Amino acid sequence: MAQADISVKPTEAQGGHGHPDKWKWYDYFTFNVDHKVIGIQYLVTSFLFYLVGGFMAVLMRTELATPESDFLTPELYNAFLTNHGTIMIFLWIVPAAIGGFGNYLIPLMIGARDMAFPKLNALAFWLNPPAGALLAASFFVGGGAQSGWTSYPPLSEITANLPQSLWCISLIMVGTSSILGSVNFLITIWKMRIPSMAWDQMPLFCWAMVATALLALFATPVLAAAMVLLLFDINFGTSFFKPDAGGNVVVYQHLFWFYSHPAVYLMILPIFGIMSEVIPVHARKPIFGYKAIAYSSMTICLVGLFVWVHHMFTSGTAPWMRIFFTISTLIVAVPTGVKIFSWVATLWGGKIRYTTAMLFAVGLLSMFVFGGLSGVTLGAAPFDIHVHDTYYVVGHFHYVLYGGSVFGIYSGIYHWFPKMTGRMLNEPLGKVHFVLTFIGTILTFTPMHSLGMQGMPRRVAMYDPQFTSLNQLVTVGAYILAVSVIPFYLNVIWSWRAGKEAGPNPWNALTMEWTTTSPPIIENWEVLPVLTHGPYDYGAERADEVGPAGEAVVPTQR
Amino acid sequence: MQGTVDSTPVVTGHEVAAHEEHEDLRVLGLITFLCSEFLMFAGFFAVFLVFWGSKAEWPPKETEVELLLPAINTFILVSSSLVINLGTKAIKKNDLAGMRQWFGITAAMGAVFLAGQVYEYMNLGYGLKTNLFSNCFYLLTGFHGLHVFIGLVLILGVLWRSRRANHYNDITHVGPEMAEIYWHFVDVVWIVLFSLIYLLTLL
Repeated sequence: MAQADISVKPTEAQGGHGHPDKWKWYDYFTFNVDHKVIGIQYLVTSFLFYLVGGFMAVLMRTELATPESDFLTPELYNAFLTNHGTIMIFLWIVPAAIGGFGNYLIPLMIGARDMAFPKLNALAFWLNPPAGALLAASFFVGGGAQSGWTSYPPLSEITANLPQSLWCISLIMVGTSSILGSVNFLITIWKMRIPSMAWDQMPLFCWAMVATALLALFATPVLAAAMVLLLFDINFGTSFFKPDAGGNVVVYQHLFWFYSHPAVYLMILPIFGIMSEVIPVHARKPIFGYKAIAYSSMTICLVGLFVWVHHMFTSGTAPWMRIFFTISTLIVAVPTGVKIFSWVATLWGGKIRYTTAMLFAVGLLSMFVFGGLSGVTLGAAPFDIHVHDTYYVVGHFHYVLYGGSVFGIYSGIYHWFPKMTGRMLNEPLGKVHFVLTFIGTILTFTPMHSLGMQGMPRRVAMYDPQFTSLNQLVTVGAYILAVSVIPFYLNVIWSWRAGKEAGPNPWNALTMEWTTTSPPIIENWEVLPVLTHGPYDYGAERADEVGPAGEAVVPTQR
Repeated sequence: MQGTVDSTPVVTGHEVAAHEEHEDLRVLGLITFLCSEFLMFAGFFAVFLVFWGSKAEWPPKETEVELLLPAINTFILVSSSLVINLGTKAIKKNDLAGMRQWFGITAAMGAVFLAGQVYEYMNLGYGLKTNLFSNCFYLLTGFHGLHVFIGLVLILGVLWRSRRANHYNDITHVGPEMAEIYWHFVDVVWIVLFSLIYLLTLL
């Protein structure tokens, strides 16, 4: 890749705005309102929580290496499984995929100088670290919440009251953060695109973020309502979820899953957006089915609001509800399949570059198809009743969340790290990372399906000795996954300081974030760019050329 | 919306500092946020309806609601929504004194509403813990009361800021406008709540 050497020097053109030419390291620890600083704050914080949640998983897998409870006490095991789930969802995938990439990329992709409400944006980020601190504190005031990340009453109302209350408050905080962030994303994409960019000329990542933001706005407040009711039940003597006093535990499940099923799409829709950016760039081909991918995101957003009861097929659900929610759940597979096939068609006949970003994207494709298929089986009520609350479910959602969301976040990091830092990540180290992750994922999560089919229940520190060998295989896989993050973190830390200079457009990509310097200057562009071509016009005349400063050259119309 | 400036925030060149919040987008942002906020109330309403549908007696005899005071309160809150609208109309005609007067009256009406609510709590004869209905009753009205209180603080904030010379005029009046929208939101939630808890349970 021939790159013209350009140095990043903010010029006098941005003087007079009351901010420095370039952020210093300590600016990243302040209430900074620059969307790029906030994006990196989200990413770095979430990658730290990823280590915490991963550490808990390793401890749990160590416990499960033997059938007896000999490494952790059952109470501690329960606290780890609760907080592992909570941290991985609310403090790792959601803030990394939505807060991190969303904040960093959206203004750059639509030609805006910042988000619509920068202060609100900073506030949304700064709700996250205290939420994490509350979860950490809950371990020191009563051993941590122990009722699983779903916190179903009555269990959540009779175990570890104080930690459970802290857990509820923590969730309300990340929920508020998510709502404030979503207001920002929606209004920014809606109103702050450069005038030359129509809706159907936006990069697909922005479409995915519109769907994500709408979903978060609709669903998150209902979770907050559930948390408030739970808090009242635990602390103020109400009986919303206490059957002995006339309350109803299934009402909690409805409120909880009305948010938490869409939360699954919150965690995967931005990843779908990342896929739609990474694949065309590294396959050097226009995306196949732009409108199909864009509208399928919106379809998932809409249908995703009406599938939540498939988590509750064993909660005394009425037969008509089982039929309705089985059908609606299976319908979600259609727009998802549209995306999968569009990406495969984009790869088809492309000049594929096997960069680490691309490897993770293609790895995601295979993992997500597998996880998606087991999801379809779980969506069918008769089968779901058979495997409900077994390791089959654990295997399924780790395939979509690890093989899907985490692979996607990795792919996005390898793809945009040069833009964010101005330096390339080390590719050989990245490939080591990919291979370890790929093998570790398969080894950890595939045997879980078999364990579940044989009837091993989830969320228990002890199990029947007949499941020992498969569990030990899973534990080995988990250790490989734990090792796999070492080359990644080393790579990031080393490359951030001393990696190869990236230049503005190392991948010869055509979306607008690559037309500015790496890292972008504080208000993104000295002069806002004008859109003259689509985001995926690869193969168009001159599309692979670079300009004198190394920036993408505008291809002529085909 | 009358008096709103051109809603295209995109600028070319360097004359606008991007780190300032865009005036006209804030109203849009608030409306989006309130749509989301409404769904939180919708969650509470749904819980209330489920319990209502599954109980033979709702509300139970010992926790019946009274109607006269809440009806007066409803009248006050709904009319205050009209009053605050007069306030923003005044500032759009650059009539600062008019705006301060109408906003002051709205704040007073809001305070009366809250006082009425507290008076009702003190004279009902049952508390939060009495039974499932009283759980729902106090949670819903209390949560709404909290929002009325926030709206009151916003209005007082607008009044406080309006002391500064030319802070609000016929061109810049996003603050009063947002306070008004929030107040309407509180009003709409109350109308649903009043119908559900007070009127329909009489049937």
